[in-house]
Amino acid sequence: MKSQQAANRPDNTAFTQQRLPAWQPMLSAHFVIPGFLLIGMAFIGIGVALYITSQNIQVLEKDYTGTGQYTACSECADMQTIPCICNVTFSLTTLFTGPVFLYYGLSNYYQNYRKYQVSRDDVQLWGDVTKSPGDACAPYQYIDNKPIAPCGSIANSMFNDTFSLYQIINGTMKLVPLDGKGIAWWTDYNIKFRNPSAQGSLQDAFNGTMKPVNWSKPAYELNPSDMNDNGFLNQDFLVWMRTAALPDFQKLYRRITSGDYALGLPPGDYVLQIEYNYAVKDFGRKKVVFSNVTWMGGKNEFLGVAYIVVGSLCLVMSVVMLVVYAKYKFADENA
Amino acid sequence: MIGSVFYFSISPEEERKVRANDREYNEKFQYANNCIMTSKYNIITFLPVNLFEQFQEVANTYFLFLLILQLIPQISSLSWFTTIVPLVLVLSITAVKDATDDYFRHKSDNQVNNRQSQVLINGTLQNEKWMNVRVGDIIRLENNQFVAADLLLLSSSEPHGLCYIETAELDGETNMKVRQSLPVTSELGDPNSLAQFDGEVICEPPNNKLDRFCGTLYWRENKYGLSNQNMLLRGCVLRNTESCYGLVIFAGPDTKLMQNSGRTKFKRTSIDRLMNTLVLWIFGFLVCMGVILAIGNAVWEKEVGFLFQSYLPWDPPVDNFLFSAFLAFWSYVIILNTVVPISLYVSVEVIRLGHSYFINWDRRMFCQRRNTPAEARTTTLNEELGQVEYIFSDKTGTLTQNIMTFNKCSINGHAYGEWEMSRAQRLDFSFNPLADRDFCFYDQNLLDSVKLGEPAVHEFFRLLSLCHTVMSEEKSEGELMYKAQSPDEGALVTAARNFGFVFRSRTPSTVTVQELGRSVTYALLAILDFNNIRKRMSVIVRNPEGKIRLYCKGADTLLFERLHPCNHDLMNVTSDHLNEYAADGLRTLVLAYRDLSEQQWEDWAERRRSAERAADYREDRLAAAYEEIEQDMMLLGATAIEDKLQEGVPETIAILSLANIKIWVLTGDKQETAVNIGYSCKMLTDDMSEVFIINGHTVQRVREELSGEQGGWHPQQEEKPQQGSPPAPALPSLLDSISGEYALVISGHSLAHALEADMEREFLDTACACKAVICCRVTPLQKALVVELVKKHKKAVTLAIGDGANDVSMIKTAHIGVGISGQEGIQAVLASDYSFSQFRFLQRLLLVHGRWSYLRMCRFLCYFFYKNFAFTMVHFWFGFFCGFSAQTVYDQYFITLYNIVYTSLPVLAMGIFDQDVPEQRSLEYPKLYEPGQLNLLFNKREFFICIAQGIYTSVVLFCVPYGVLSQATRNDGIPLADYQTFAVTVATSLVIVVSVQIALDTGYWTAINHFFVWGSLGAYFTILFAMHSNILFSIFPNQFHFFGSAQNTLIQPVVWLTIALATVVCIVPVLAFRFLKLDLKPQLSDTVGLSVF
Repeated sequence: MKSQQAANRPDNTAFTQQRLPAWQPMLSAHFVIPGFLLIGMAFIGIGVALYITSQNIQVLEKDYTGTGQYTACSECADMQTIPCICNVTFSLTTLFTGPVFLYYGLSNYYQNYRKYQVSRDDVQLWGDVTKSPGDACAPYQYIDNKPIAPCGSIANSMFNDTFSLYQIINGTMKLVPLDGKGIAWWTDYNIKFRNPSAQGSLQDAFNGTMKPVNWSKPAYELNPSDMNDNGFLNQDFLVWMRTAALPDFQKLYRRITSGDYALGLPPGDYVLQIEYNYAVKDFGRKKVVFSNVTWMGGKNEFLGVAYIVVGSLCLVMSVVMLVVYAKYKFADENA
Repeated sequence: MIGSVFYFSISPEEERKVRANDREYNEKFQYANNCIMTSKYNIITFLPVNLFEQFQEVANTYFLFLLILQLIPQISSLSWFTTIVPLVLVLSITAVKDATDDYFRHKSDNQVNNRQSQVLINGTLQNEKWMNVRVGDIIRLENNQFVAADLLLLSSSEPHGLCYIETAELDGETNMKVRQSLPVTSELGDPNSLAQFDGEVICEPPNNKLDRFCGTLYWRENKYGLSNQNMLLRGCVLRNTESCYGLVIFAGPDTKLMQNSGRTKFKRTSIDRLMNTLVLWIFGFLVCMGVILAIGNAVWEKEVGFLFQSYLPWDPPVDNFLFSAFLAFWSYVIILNTVVPISLYVSVEVIRLGHSYFINWDRRMFCQRRNTPAEARTTTLNEELGQVEYIFSDKTGTLTQNIMTFNKCSINGHAYGEWEMSRAQRLDFSFNPLADRDFCFYDQNLLDSVKLGEPAVHEFFRLLSLCHTVMSEEKSEGELMYKAQSPDEGALVTAARNFGFVFRSRTPSTVTVQELGRSVTYALLAILDFNNIRKRMSVIVRNPEGKIRLYCKGADTLLFERLHPCNHDLMNVTSDHLNEYAADGLRTLVLAYRDLSEQQWEDWAERRRSAERAADYREDRLAAAYEEIEQDMMLLGATAIEDKLQEGVPETIAILSLANIKIWVLTGDKQETAVNIGYSCKMLTDDMSEVFIINGHTVQRVREELSGEQGGWHPQQEEKPQQGSPPAPALPSLLDSISGEYALVISGHSLAHALEADMEREFLDTACACKAVICCRVTPLQKALVVELVKKHKKAVTLAIGDGANDVSMIKTAHIGVGISGQEGIQAVLASDYSFSQFRFLQRLLLVHGRWSYLRMCRFLCYFFYKNFAFTMVHFWFGFFCGFSAQTVYDQYFITLYNIVYTSLPVLAMGIFDQDVPEQRSLEYPKLYEPGQLNLLFNKREFFICIAQGIYTSVVLFCVPYGVLSQATRNDGIPLADYQTFAVTVATSLVIVVSVQIALDTGYWTAINHFFVWGSLGAYFTILFAMHSNILFSIFPNQFHFFGSAQNTLIQPVVWLTIALATVVCIVPVLAFRFLKLDLKPQLSDTVGLSVF
């Protein structure tokens, strides 16, 4: 009888009796108001630091879409002469501290459009050009039943304007060396993308494939000056293949890190020579951007301002809460 | 349900013909055999049938539809697995549960179907499995065996063809019942003669009425009426009978036991209904968003996409922007589907199951004495326990213990049993060797009267020893055990036993009584049984001298009407006594007798026989016949039985009323008894301004009384409506203002009028304005009607609590039915949603478990909708920046796992374990219960607040990374604005924000909560890095596009600054709002909580 009673009686454990030891945090004033104060001050501190850092960054933007009558590259905008070379000139009054980065920027360009974004074949880009490219690549999948390498809309629409920068010193143009190494993600260059392997040259490896429709040169000839910068491992290609999240974006084109310009661009006049190949004027614009960076990256006013604003709001809230709390506290005590 | 499954193919059976020992004949009718199948599936059918059932759920079908959409390449904006993984998970959780349930059903079916029974085949007894028993077979049962099918008892080893059965499995009553075979068949004692038996039974088709059977036996050119008295139903156990033979009438699914096992109506909670509405709204919202984005897509394709074709040609099927928009709509329906949370229903079920277990496990709802823990028999109603506004309680056995003690009596106008506590001395019954030692009585006068041989007193106890349905069991000489169907009867027979009128044994036609040491055997001519409408029972006996007498006991109202006019004076005296007894809260019965002449008896017996033989309206005819004979009776006296209040009842009622729960007592007792109990359990108090009593017999009268109560507050009086006009302000506010001070007592016959369509409103208004309502002398049906009335007009959650079969209808009607497992069988428990054995556990069930369940469920739902909106709406904002192309913001694996891995467990832990105040506080401050009644914690308004918060979070989660990353670069000059970095940043911010939010919402951090919250965050980062690792990429380069993103993104300080900013912007307003609300408008639970810590 005893044991039977024990069988029906529920277990006396903290779990079954809902008595598990627990921490019960309360939104007490001692915790919340100082917390807000702390967050506010921290945010303002970070915000000010970010803002000042950001202010020290130099940025130079030049739009060269050429849609206006006398704007830069207007002579090339109609895309009649190919190749069309145009110049964008600018002058610096102070030193543009190095290392200087050269970006190209496209606006109203939808690399994040779903159909565009998926139009690639990561297996192919991993070095397997023998397999037929994935259906997502359509309509840039085959030409004459030969697979396109690299296939898909992203590769096909690769940005192909080229830039060279000259400093004008006493009327002569001095080439500013541009460094195109390491402008893509390390993981992309080293792991995610691979050139097809074959006996012999890279060209042999791409044997049996077609170049993308819009390309003037096949993949293995993207960079004639550096044999190692070709195929799927071409840095510009890698940069382009890392699609942008938003329709207005910049992509890194080159670094200026070497020679006389390692410390930056000294004051003076410059000419940016552009080989204008890429048509965007129907829907968007393109530009070049020179910028330098700090520990926190490039110019980013939003972050600093946002931190300051949020921090200030937290401070204001903490004061409001303090007032409310004090008022009710004393009201309670009087009552 | 089982029945319906079996009958859909055959036209409903109109009558059943069974011929004994003639399988060929019986097979023509294709009756079900004795194999039962309560399981729903077998191994082959499980998958299709179970899936078919599950896809009848709208939500599941919706996700199936989504899955199909995703397989269309032009539309598919997400991989198919983002939907199929959660769907499969949800389906398999349910399937596993169904399979386990069904496995146990299979097991028990097998066990039952393979029981052995002895079947008479070709004149010999053979062992057969139960499932091979056919209709028309004759089977032999032995003592303590289960009855295999519904049998017509043919003969038994006991004299007169009697046998005894226990029906506990059928109706929960543990007392033995007697069954008797027809005299003609009782002689068929051996297999040989039984094998010759070729009678044919024609009877009603299978039904679920346990207490009636109607059929006829045709044998040897004769007709014999059959009743329930001749039947042995499946599920019963044969007791005290060596063996018996029976003819199988109903087998397997046709048996009354199986016909009764259909599921009762599925109850849904108000939160369920609200949830369904909200899910529909969310569907609507989803379609709206789809339309907006599709329009956006049309505009974009026309303005931009058309020109962008040089880089992104339109797909072949898309030839214009309108078609593109059409596809975009469906694509967006796919990616925004996560606003309709697939795991919502499963999570809700899991939480409710957890809460049910907490109820089952609660030691404070365990009754030591009865060894019964509380049981949540329905696992889907828990949160509604936190919203109860009306409790409808039975009295006997619910508020009281239902342990009856014979306390007082009035015999021939003389009251016995008055005694003073101080001089109380227990009577010595040692003169009577058969006395029950536990019986106490304190009035020596009564014993003296018995000893002096006062005829009225003797007759009084003789009646008590004869007029009942108690069974006696005499294990050894002098050790009598009574088995009574109702505790009242047991108490009365025991009283008679101690006063020297010992009921010793009965056969179907005799009752043997030891009258003051002398054994007397009465011939039992008829039993006019008790039911709730007659409210009385009678026996007609012939004493050894040959005199025929009818003994009757029953409710005073009914009996007084049937007395001989010469009893007038005695009736007045007795009536006074009765009123006193009732005022003491005692249950009363009036006893009377009538002498019948031989002629009267013969005439009446003939009328009764014809009534019994009648094919239709047999019961009505019998009732009429009974009515005829129970007339002109002579009053003997009255008994008063005490039924003590259960422990803790007044305290419980007091606490529940403080929690603003209105308690209505619905009882079959008489008004005075009910009122008295009302006082003793503190429902009625002397502080009350007034107790209205309505007991008019006519519509007009009741109406007057009701309007009288409403209209004015007249001095204490009954049945005297006041003509005065109500004192100022308008009626409703007046009614509100006076509530809490008035009580209403209404009797059954008035209630019948008050429940009519034109008066129910008035009645309800009056009743609801009163603090306590007592309905007395009500029938089971009226109980249900009252509950129905409140349910219909009040939009309040009702709870019915009771212990007896007469409470079943009310328990089934109310939103929540609670069964007290007590003295009166388990029918109420079987019909109930929750059961326990003490009324006082109700306060814990409601104020602790119910309140917590409601709180947890509400917090769970708020958070659940919030997190899904925060998650999904980011796609919507992103749509404006990606050409409305249905590009998702997140990695597809993140979408797959967000709801089932990253965010499911912390909120489940909160939904199961959260507590706002400790349990003692909820009992100390019953007002804490109010938010549930007012439905404050989760309603449409709260829903919109959650949604708004979710949308705000999604805006922040999109805009902050947008603002920061669109310009940001890494410190090596590489821009951060690539899609994958953006995706990882937003996803990480989202997971952190919703984790912080659940941390804020969790009020009770057990180790499990810690484990789940930190574990989910840990799981997120682990899975993130795993998915973005080169191991997975090198195996499936085409599946893991995000390779390297986590490493490259989360190493950037700017990304972390962005995440921190987004988190603070999302959380700080919530925190500030909650803090200010705590200070400016603190809820009771907040202050109670604060005072603890």
